[in-house]
Amino acid sequence: MKDTTTSFQPSPARPAPTRQVAAISWLRSNLFGSWFDTIVTLFITALLLSFVPNLIQWLFLSATYAGDDEVCRQNGGACWPFIVEKFQVLMIGVYPQDLSWRPGLAGLALLVLAGLTYTDRIRGVTLIAAWAILPIFALMMIGGAFGMQEVDQSVWGGLMLSIMLALVGVIVSIPLGILLALGRHYGSPAIKVLCVTFIELLRGVPLITILFMASVMMPLFLPPELVINNLLRIQIGMILFSSAYMAEVVRGGLQAIPKGQSEASLSLGVSSLYTVTFVIVPQALRHVLPPLIGRCIALFKDTSLVIIVGLLDFLGMIKGAALDTDWLGFQAEAYVFAAFVYWLICYSLSLYGRQLEQRGPNAHT
Amino acid sequence: MTPKLESSIAEGETIIEMQDVNKWYGDFHVLKDIDLTVAKGERIVICGPSGSGKSTLIRCINHLEEHQDGKITVNGTLLDKNMKNITSIRREVGMVFQQFNLFPHMTILDNLCFAPVWARNMPRAEAEETAIRYLTRVGIAEQKDKYPGQLSGGQQQRVAIARSLCMNPSIMLFDEPTSALDPEMIKEVLDVMIELAETGMTMLCVTHEMSFARSVADRVIFMDEGEIVEENAPAAFFDNPKVDRTQKFLSQILPH
Ligand SMILES: Nc1ncnc2c1ncn2[C@@H]1O[C@H](COP(=O)(O)OP(=O)(O)O)[C@@H](O)[C@H]1O
Ligand SMILES: [Mg+2]
Repeated sequence: MKDTTTSFQPSPARPAPTRQVAAISWLRSNLFGSWFDTIVTLFITALLLSFVPNLIQWLFLSATYAGDDEVCRQNGGACWPFIVEKFQVLMIGVYPQDLSWRPGLAGLALLVLAGLTYTDRIRGVTLIAAWAILPIFALMMIGGAFGMQEVDQSVWGGLMLSIMLALVGVIVSIPLGILLALGRHYGSPAIKVLCVTFIELLRGVPLITILFMASVMMPLFLPPELVINNLLRIQIGMILFSSAYMAEVVRGGLQAIPKGQSEASLSLGVSSLYTVTFVIVPQALRHVLPPLIGRCIALFKDTSLVIIVGLLDFLGMIKGAALDTDWLGFQAEAYVFAAFVYWLICYSLSLYGRQLEQRGPNAHT
Repeated sequence: MTPKLESSIAEGETIIEMQDVNKWYGDFHVLKDIDLTVAKGERIVICGPSGSGKSTLIRCINHLEEHQDGKITVNGTLLDKNMKNITSIRREVGMVFQQFNLFPHMTILDNLCFAPVWARNMPRAEAEETAIRYLTRVGIAEQKDKYPGQLSGGQQQRVAIARSLCMNPSIMLFDEPTSALDPEMIKEVLDVMIELAETGMTMLCVTHEMSFARSVADRVIFMDEGEIVEENAPAAFFDNPKVDRTQKFLSQILPH
């Protein structure tokens, strides 16, 4: 049979733009778009060239990866065996070595839960419950419970202590901050004054002052039978400080909720308590997730201040390691490592915040 | 035009009674000596110029606004400062808002189950069953797993009506339910309201949909400056208004 229709013949596709052309046009539009851009680009390039090669040389190329301090001194670059040698003390301080599996297990639990949270495997009530239980589990593992050998808090230290302080601080100060914000936003005049006074008092004082007061002054005023250990006092100080900031963040979220939301819930006969719990607070928190994560990052960095009141947190251990007479002269490595660890943790938090930001509105509108 | 609905007023049974109700916002006298008796099954349309106190009036009935003077009795319960009374009245009185006010962080199904579960202690499975029944009735059961932001205005308002009905109320208040809607969506919401009226629900509607008022209402109330100026059966009200202010208002809103 004869084909009567002329079939459609597509003309050959144009060649894809080559990568080279794309790269050049990208450079042109982004880095050399105007004479001002060009100057900035050249200036920054010169600046980078002035130290980045040396930095890489020191960090990696002439660095020592195995050996002792003698080898390090000969090579002249960064001395990574020093960090390896000190790794345990940086992580858990002078915690008994034979029991180090306990904080290790707690750390593993933290990593697993963080992974589950980041990949959105657990949500809602389960998520909140898991994060509420985690610090209790960690405290029991580190301190000793269920007939495990007790480890006194005076030997808790290192990164373990920093994370513990930040984790407990965040997990307790967020609900506390929510309560303060609710009190300030919805409370009776008396409650309002109370909340505002607390928030403004704590926000008006530097954290160091609060830590000093918690560590030095609180024992002077507390009755002797109410003696609580230094670590707990400092933790309480951090929680109170952080909750004041959390409260202000949450209040911003509360203000963004239209009045119609609570009216709709109340008009259905739902109590004010349930209205606040299930209608107002979840929406308010969703609005302020990015600044809330920001406060968590800030609190984690602030834990490094506890060195001033005699706790040997991660930075304290770094400082101690840098003063070790066997490894004199390798301070820089210690601080580079410290900066890297702080950055890694804070950046992960910030990545999670960004992911939440993208997830939130898309999933619900 | 839709044919006039049969009136379903049960003889003599009063469900809402407002006596000499007064309310002020600061110095501003927003409700002046309001007297209103609503019989069970009665359908009332309230109209009047913007700012005349229509919303305030119906919001006093479920105590979203507090009146300062006078007596309001709903379903035999006196509305006072007693929170228990207020809550029990709110469970009996559904309200539909101009802005829908669905909970944006909950799915449609969760929006509907929320109040039965947390205000009536209904088991979740039973609440879902009720929810699906009402969603089917307003014609959007297939959207139950979506979030409010994914629905059109008309659909959202129908969900809002279904959400109120899930509490099995004996009175429904509507505050300009179609004013925030695009014109093509007004009818789908009015149809749901008409169907609701057919079931004998007591309804108070603040609305300027005059065709709805004519076909559904047993009584039309005209408010101005915080007062009930005129009330009458719809036919008499529209065709033969007695008061000047009503005539003027009607001439502004009715097509000529
Ligand atoms: N919370 C409030 N505070 C002060 N004035 C208000 C408040 N709510 C409403 N009003 C005033 O009360 C009057 C009546 O309002 P409303 O009942 O909403 O009128 P309508 O619904 O008839 O348009 C308006 O003049 C409005 O400005
Ligand atoms: Mg109004």
